[in-house]
Amino acid sequence: MSDSYTVGDERENEQDGAAADRADGRNVSTPDPVDETTGETTPSIQHIADADTVIEAADLTVHYGDVEALKPVNVRLPAQEVTAIIGPSGCGKSTFLRCINRMNDMVDAARVGGELRFRGKNVYDEDVDPVALRRKIGMVFQKPNPFPKSIYDNVAYGLEIQGYDGDMDARVEEALRGAALWDEVKDQLDESGLDLSGGQQQRLCIARAIAPDPEVILMDEPASALDPVATAKVEDLIDELAEEYTVVIVTHNMQQAARISDKTAVFLTGGQLVEFGETNRIFENPENQRVEDYITGKFG
Amino acid sequence: MTRLPFGLGGTDDGRDGDGDGDGVRTDSLRTGSVRTDGGETPNPFANVGDDIARKQLLGRVFVGICGASTLVGIVALFVLLGDVLYEAWGWVTLDFLTYPPSRFIENYYPDGRGAGIYPALVGSILLIALTAVFTMFLGVGAAIYLEEYAPESRLKSFIEANIANLAGVPSIVYGLLGLAVFVRFVGLGESLLAGALTLTLLILPIVIVSAQEALRAVPDSQRHAAYGVGATDWEVVRDVVLPAALPGIMTGTILSLSRAIGETAPLIMIGAATSMFRAPIEDVSGIPVPDLFGPFAAMPMQIFDWARLPEGDFQHVAAAGIVVLLTILLLMNATAILIRNKYEK
Ligand SMILES: Nc1ncnc2c1ncn2[C@@H]1O[C@H](COP(=O)(O)OP(=O)(O)OP(=O)(O)O)[C@@H](O)[C@H]1O
Ligand SMILES: [Mg+2]
Repeated sequence: MSDSYTVGDERENEQDGAAADRADGRNVSTPDPVDETTGETTPSIQHIADADTVIEAADLTVHYGDVEALKPVNVRLPAQEVTAIIGPSGCGKSTFLRCINRMNDMVDAARVGGELRFRGKNVYDEDVDPVALRRKIGMVFQKPNPFPKSIYDNVAYGLEIQGYDGDMDARVEEALRGAALWDEVKDQLDESGLDLSGGQQQRLCIARAIAPDPEVILMDEPASALDPVATAKVEDLIDELAEEYTVVIVTHNMQQAARISDKTAVFLTGGQLVEFGETNRIFENPENQRVEDYITGKFG
Repeated sequence: MTRLPFGLGGTDDGRDGDGDGDGVRTDSLRTGSVRTDGGETPNPFANVGDDIARKQLLGRVFVGICGASTLVGIVALFVLLGDVLYEAWGWVTLDFLTYPPSRFIENYYPDGRGAGIYPALVGSILLIALTAVFTMFLGVGAAIYLEEYAPESRLKSFIEANIANLAGVPSIVYGLLGLAVFVRFVGLGESLLAGALTLTLLILPIVIVSAQEALRAVPDSQRHAAYGVGATDWEVVRDVVLPAALPGIMTGTILSLSRAIGETAPLIMIGAATSMFRAPIEDVSGIPVPDLFGPFAAMPMQIFDWARLPEGDFQHVAAAGIVVLLTILLLMNATAILIRNKYEK
């Protein structure tokens, strides 16, 4: 584990360091430093060791007070793919997602057990600063939540607090283009982000999340508050994002999961990760009977 | 509008008499279904229940009582204001605002040598300005700590309950505290600073509670958005929470301050002067500077001082003082309302 990636060390040399680590993590196929733990994982999730693992949960559990919200989760999420998390309401999808960038820290009652590794490093280690972690892992929320600031300032905010001192205009434009919003807003960058439509607001939030150039983007039902046209735009966007980023998306909509994701994780009631694998296989030929029942709409 | 010469249904130009242009005589259809036998239409709700009328009456009586209660308050206020304005009519002059008080009523007359409320006016304004600075820092600081940082615990709820209780403690008790702590123990004497610190203690609980409410009203989704792009706790508070809560905090603080400006009891307790000839301002090489450690008079006490003088015309002088005090108070409240309206959408 000596060569493992230390998030906490990242803060001093953010810009150069991030670029170097990315090249290291994505283009060179180094042996996975945590291969030896494969034996612990559940049978249905073994076969994806070929892809480059970015996020790995090892016996990850979450309790809210005395209530168990996540039963031990073991899973590896591959780089530069879209992983969909599906399951019935209350099964712990959001809880799992919030473990990845430690947004659970904000919930007083939440207790996390086990490990959640980002490029091999347990993000719950003492020496990991959640602030540094969140600079690597962007998040898009269920309801669009732009700041009551101008469109420009919304996108620039992450870069500003991270001390970016390069060409801000260029980065803002790049992020807005990346979020497929540039053409719609390029003449009104000084207007409030709140004056946009719901779908535009959500794409603005995506632009805000990708502007600091994270490695992973987490999305918690990003299209559930949008109409079908806006949803289609966001789905197209997710497809494009996967070329550059690792995307983990929670969705209630199984057609959506099937359309946009490469891998799918199915959580079922009780906070259990029941099955994980290629999206096509999960939807056509699930191993688990309960997953099949859920996918075919027999319960949930 | 253009018309097709040979459109389908081209003969129908909408002139069917009912004006909706659909070519159907809607009126005849409508009435046909209701008028069954040409006689009086029976009321289908006639026998639904006779208690409805009684309940309606009860409701009207209740509304009447509530309306009357409102009226009592408003009428009392207007009578009071009217009386004060009537008494003060012609006494609030420029001289009244710019001259120190006098014990001789002749000096207050329009052709007199000039006398007025100037030292107490300046004293009150400085007092409130100092109090505003102290409460802004202490009150907002405490509210931010309690809302944004302090973990949920017994201690926190204990502290919050006590802050709420402190808001109900009579102002004279704060005067006693100010006397013991600031005047005697710290040794500030009967100074402007001691007065401002005492008034700060008095309104601090209300400022904290209202600032907490303003902070609580900032949706969590905003905080999460900032945390999500890697903001620290401090950056979240500075960039997201405070800007969103500031209008509410300002409104609450200004309204508390406008209560403090009329307070008399705590100032009597700490031994502030009832009437001063000099405003608490020093000349430091030509520049007027507030004299924080010197004695001061405030408007409510000056008004009280006039009101208890035996000579009849001093009642007019007191009324004039009240008008000045109320004007400042209304200006402060108007500022609070302006701030609220500006940021509320
Ligand atoms: N802050 C919290 N405090 C206590 N319990 C919580 C909290 N958040 C979630 N839970 C509980 O944890 C379980 C999982 O919740 P979670 O929000 O992760 O579900 P979900 O799969 O995202 O559901 P949905 O599809 O409805 O969003 C639920 O039983 C919920 O009641
Ligand atoms: Mg959820």
